[in-house]
Amino acid sequence: MTTEQDAPGQIHGLGREPKLTDDRVTMAHGSGGKAAAALIKEVFMPAFSNPASIDLPDAATLQVETGRIAYTTDSYVVQPIRFPGASIGELAINGTVNDLAVTGARPQWLTAGFILEEGFAIDELRRIVEDMRVAAEKAGIQIVAGDTKVVPRGAADSIFINTSGIGVVPSQRTLGASRLEFGDRILISGPIASHGMAVMIARGNLAFTATIESDSAPVNGLVEAIYDAINPESVKWMRDATRGGVATVMNELTKASGKGVLLDEEAFTIEPQVQGACDMLGIDPLYVANEGCFIAVVSGEVAETALAALHDAGASQASIVGEVVRNPQGLVAVRNAFGGTRLVDMLVTDPLPRIC
Amino acid sequence: MKYVDEFRDPAAAKDLIASIHKMAEQLGCSWKIMEVCGGHTHTIYRHGLEHLLPEAVEFVHGPGCPVCVIPSGRVDDAVWLSGQPGVIFTTFGDMMRVPGRAGSLLQAQAQGSDVRFIYSPLDAVKVARDNPDRKVVFFAVGFETTAPSTAAALAYAKKIGITNFYVFCNHVLINPPVRAILETKNVTLDGLIGPGHVATVVGSDHFQFVATEFRIPIVVTGFEPLDILQAVAMMLKQFAEGRCEVENQYSRVVRPLGNPEAKRVLEEVFTPKDSFEWRGLGSIPVSGYRLSDEYESFDAEKHFDLPGAVVADHPACQCGLVLTGQIKPWECKVFAKGCTPDNPIGTCMVSPEGACAAYYSFGRIPQILADEGKPE
Repeated sequence: MTTEQDAPGQIHGLGREPKLTDDRVTMAHGSGGKAAAALIKEVFMPAFSNPASIDLPDAATLQVETGRIAYTTDSYVVQPIRFPGASIGELAINGTVNDLAVTGARPQWLTAGFILEEGFAIDELRRIVEDMRVAAEKAGIQIVAGDTKVVPRGAADSIFINTSGIGVVPSQRTLGASRLEFGDRILISGPIASHGMAVMIARGNLAFTATIESDSAPVNGLVEAIYDAINPESVKWMRDATRGGVATVMNELTKASGKGVLLDEEAFTIEPQVQGACDMLGIDPLYVANEGCFIAVVSGEVAETALAALHDAGASQASIVGEVVRNPQGLVAVRNAFGGTRLVDMLVTDPLPRIC
Repeated sequence: MKYVDEFRDPAAAKDLIASIHKMAEQLGCSWKIMEVCGGHTHTIYRHGLEHLLPEAVEFVHGPGCPVCVIPSGRVDDAVWLSGQPGVIFTTFGDMMRVPGRAGSLLQAQAQGSDVRFIYSPLDAVKVARDNPDRKVVFFAVGFETTAPSTAAALAYAKKIGITNFYVFCNHVLINPPVRAILETKNVTLDGLIGPGHVATVVGSDHFQFVATEFRIPIVVTGFEPLDILQAVAMMLKQFAEGRCEVENQYSRVVRPLGNPEAKRVLEEVFTPKDSFEWRGLGSIPVSGYRLSDEYESFDAEKHFDLPGAVVADHPACQCGLVLTGQIKPWECKVFAKGCTPDNPIGTCMVSPEGACAAYYSFGRIPQILADEGKPE
């Protein structure tokens, strides 16, 4: 005869590991209950598991060397969430890794927060998480903590991701606009404008199509290559040329330093299909977002060495694109192939296509 | 890129520039050349052409920026339309940030209006088809360049029986403002760079009146830097030979009679209006389009009770003098002081194709360098 004490053992599934049976995200996946546990166990842990997060503590504890750390955060809301060359997941890793790398830090750890819209396909979530795993591995960093929230349908646009990252800054690495000197040279690590144009085209409302892939990539390896090749003190300033593109980053530099920048338009590499798309829409590639290329300002006498290091590290299209100059003071100018010079000002708003 | 790179070839440009300098020297006096189209203004500044040419050749930046010429009152109407219940307001991207008295469409969007930017008027028809319970309005702007695509979209909407699509028509004609400028006192122009894209539709013969009535040469021109340099060379040749003709530099695209099909659809869908109020130039008779009677049911101005206020240009604004070449952008009293691209007072500062905005964004550098010394 069964007694009341035996009953729990007879109830099917009690005490068993929760299983993920849904194919869409529901409000229950953000509730902290079984559905949430199943999502973490089956989607996130297989990709992100590491010693710091294996027991799912409330916070990861990390061993740091003495010295300085770099700490940053960024949120990713790109639409569409998948486009030629990358996805929101890959972007969420590379973007934060690159923000750390261009401050001179070696990126080490990332956290990932997900805001999911009710109804989001779990298969798509798996693919995004897999993209993040691959990107993290490529960049050599660990994802040590995470969080998931689900919001009702319409309260978010499919998926938003926030990543925060910590990197360790080796001593001797000090960057800053105040360190600029006239004659410093400006290096760029690769072709420009492909990410922004890839996303615009992937949105699918243009009257033309073109095969343009986002340049999304981690740049920490390239940054290390520069530091390995030249005296760390010769590296003055770095920035990844994301939103607002090269033009915006250069304007930030001239505003902060009070010095001028003269760019050589011909020295930039722009893929022909990217240039074509920009021309058709009347958009200046200097203002278009990049996700895998950065700008480094280095002492003039070591610029060629730094460039060679970038080439050797695989950035075959890296180039020297300009110089820190006395005039125009506090402004960015670009010299074109004809010898004409124009000003490159801050953008007033997002680049919107011209009508004719 | 094939078909574009050839027209940006620095070596060819160098040769052309050298021969222009030589011709200018032989001619021995100075020449004021107006580029009618904002696209040309953009190319001239973007590539720094102005300062590669001899001082004797002076560019005057004309009225052909379709965004700039829309008066504030019409922008106010657009913002009002976007806020009407059930309306989806569609527009080309660069109209989004043009300020009216009650803000821009970009600001209206932030305040909850459903404003969508599109790349082709046909996309607006698609939005209407996909949202049968909404009223979809298209903000139609532009010269004869963009008017045919609006016309084609209307013809298509009519053909497939769309009844929730409306056009707020601000299309304008190129010849009336050119004529108005040429008739203005104190305006002395020696030649015109004719608008290549408009000419693709209307044909180069459309500009014959410039040569015949005003005795000024006009060269219909493309939009790459080499196109413009070649046009200047052709113009100087006309000056040297004492000719006053319509010449077609953009012959890879433009025919003397234009595009007959585009002209036909324009005639079917639009009727010239009695007058149109131009920002910076004032009211010019028979210079804009309205929808023809046959397309009346698509006319936003007939369907909605628009405020339709006429807003006078800012009193400090000297755009009229800039547009007619009587002063340079930087000679305007408010240039770069009260009037900047993020806070434009006058038409020329509104779009990157406007003379003042192009100068502000790209062209100031030689002035700055002249003040401070050469780049070091």
